[in-house]
Amino acid sequence: MDDAFPEQGSLRILIADDSDTDRLILSKLVERQGHKPIGAADGDEAVALFCKHDPHIVLLDLIMPRMDGMEAARQIKMLAGENLVPVIFLTSISDARTLAKCLESGGDDFLSKPYNRVILEAKINAFNRMRLMHRTLTQQRDLIRNRNRKLLQEQEVAKRVFDNVAHTGSLNAENLRYHASPLSIFNGDVLFACRRPSGGMHILVGDFTGHGLPAAIGAMPVAEIFYGMTSKGFGCEDVLREINQKLKRILPVGMFCCAAFIQADFSINQLRVWNGGLPNGYLIRGDGRREVLRSRHLPLGVLSPERFSVDAEVISTDPGDVLLVATDGIVEAENAEGDMFGEERLLATLDSVMAPRQVFDAVMGAVGRFASDLRTQDDLTVFALEMTETDESSEMSAGLTLSAVSGATEWLCHYELSDQTLGQFNPLPLLLHICMEVPGLRHRSGEVHTLLSELYTNALEHGILKLPSEWKNTPEGFGRYYAERARRLERIRGQSIRFTLRHSPSRDGGRLVIECHDTGEGFDYQAVLQHDHDPQCRYAGRGLVLLRQLSHSLTFHGNGNRVEVVYDWSFT
Amino acid sequence: MTERPHLDEEALAELKEVMEDEFNILIETYLQDSQDRIAALQHALVAGDTESFAKSAHSFKGSSVNIGAPQLGAFCLDAETAGRDGRLEDASIALEQIVVEFQNVRVLFQQLLNS
Repeated sequence: MDDAFPEQGSLRILIADDSDTDRLILSKLVERQGHKPIGAADGDEAVALFCKHDPHIVLLDLIMPRMDGMEAARQIKMLAGENLVPVIFLTSISDARTLAKCLESGGDDFLSKPYNRVILEAKINAFNRMRLMHRTLTQQRDLIRNRNRKLLQEQEVAKRVFDNVAHTGSLNAENLRYHASPLSIFNGDVLFACRRPSGGMHILVGDFTGHGLPAAIGAMPVAEIFYGMTSKGFGCEDVLREINQKLKRILPVGMFCCAAFIQADFSINQLRVWNGGLPNGYLIRGDGRREVLRSRHLPLGVLSPERFSVDAEVISTDPGDVLLVATDGIVEAENAEGDMFGEERLLATLDSVMAPRQVFDAVMGAVGRFASDLRTQDDLTVFALEMTETDESSEMSAGLTLSAVSGATEWLCHYELSDQTLGQFNPLPLLLHICMEVPGLRHRSGEVHTLLSELYTNALEHGILKLPSEWKNTPEGFGRYYAERARRLERIRGQSIRFTLRHSPSRDGGRLVIECHDTGEGFDYQAVLQHDHDPQCRYAGRGLVLLRQLSHSLTFHGNGNRVEVVYDWSFT
Repeated sequence: MTERPHLDEEALAELKEVMEDEFNILIETYLQDSQDRIAALQHALVAGDTESFAKSAHSFKGSSVNIGAPQLGAFCLDAETAGRDGRLEDASIALEQIVVEFQNVRVLFQQLLNS
């Protein structure tokens, strides 16, 4: 039809009446009102003409031969589908039950005989308005439906991109339990875990202000930085600083990320926890004690780099201890009455747990029973990390693949850091990066990182800063150790650490010689080496056991301030 | 039963205005249709088909009311009701009244057409 929806003016009006005179009168009335009448003598013809002419409004006599008005109305309404085609019954019946049946069959109104032209005109106009309104609604509904479908498609694509950037990292580690909605990214929640090249792992759980795309976009660089820097061997302080700086720069005012950053070192059973704006985290000890890890910082993306503090709580743990951290989804989970789960219920749940390992299931179960609404689960991001005796997973995290066979195999490199740089810069990622240019050495990055990191820590903390490692044997000494470390770093004058790295290829691998020379006074390495086998002083050995295990040889020169490690490796 | 005029002058005047040139055709069509309907009513009565009788009376009533013949419309309603109730005798009486009244209406319409 040429014009399916005239706003005003001429409408096509189907008139079905078996009485020739009635049809004549109605046609004339309709025509005088500016519309185009289409006449049908019975219900059959009415349905046929409806298909042929696609009229806007239908006037149906109730009693007609061949097919009566009700059946015609049913068929016409079915043919019209979603379009609103008003059907007005022409009748001289006033029996209520019959009239009701007319409406049930799909009729919209009645027009009684004798016809009144004023009423007929008013009804046609009224139904045309309704028809137009219906059309507008339908169009808008379709528009919204299409937009919504498109939005969901876009989110789906965005999520795929995001998953490639953020991936699940090491979330599938055996000692890690977590819950995160598959689309949590659009709730503004992030949960990342990544193994460190030196062993141990980083975990970041965060909650962006806002929802939807803006939150998802903010999460992308966080994932990039988190996985990129962690894989390269950076520590939690460096990663935090970089993420904060990035978010501060890209997020609009008022948008930020409440987050907790956890660095877990399994070999020395130590946790570093930085909490900025998330609810309390809990460390549940094997003996039932519980430590609260409060938010001590502003969220990420709020403070400028100069004012941002990366001070993390350092906690000495035992194997079997479990750390539980969640976004506000747990305490703010609502039940049907609108009450929140709250911290009291959470603490009661923690109290009820017999063994740390059961914490995750207990909390998830309690929240699930409290808030039966599934939407709560969608807004919930939570993980429980169990400390383990050893680092079961020293294989590298995803994303680092074997490089090509050609590359740097024979080289010598000196690198020296002095004074303030010692306190402000971590040279390990850079040194590791240089070593990783050796083809095939990449899958040994964990071991190389451990060697570099042990040597550097020894040189800095013991050699130059003269910190006694015995302090780390007690929780109080632990705090003192790190406070003193920061204090002494500030005052360094005329000190330096010099690395000499040399690599040469062998038949099926290569030899990496690392020499670390500090300007400190050295130490009585003979005495320390004798203590090596005493399990009680696990921090006192300067990690020398580890160095010796990993390397072909470990030798001390001078006063013990020059250490040489020879590391032989093969492709197999 | 209240007496109604044979023709509703007011309704006819309006109809004339609406139909313009086609008024005469409308009246002629009505007169022709009505003869057919009366024949159908007689046929149904003879056959004892009260349902068909009621339906025909109903349609006849509608067009008579529309054309401005209220008295004929009223007799048609009697016929329709009698037919639906299966009262053959009353139906027969109503049909006689319809036949008589239609004669009156036809005479009046023909005068109108010739004037």
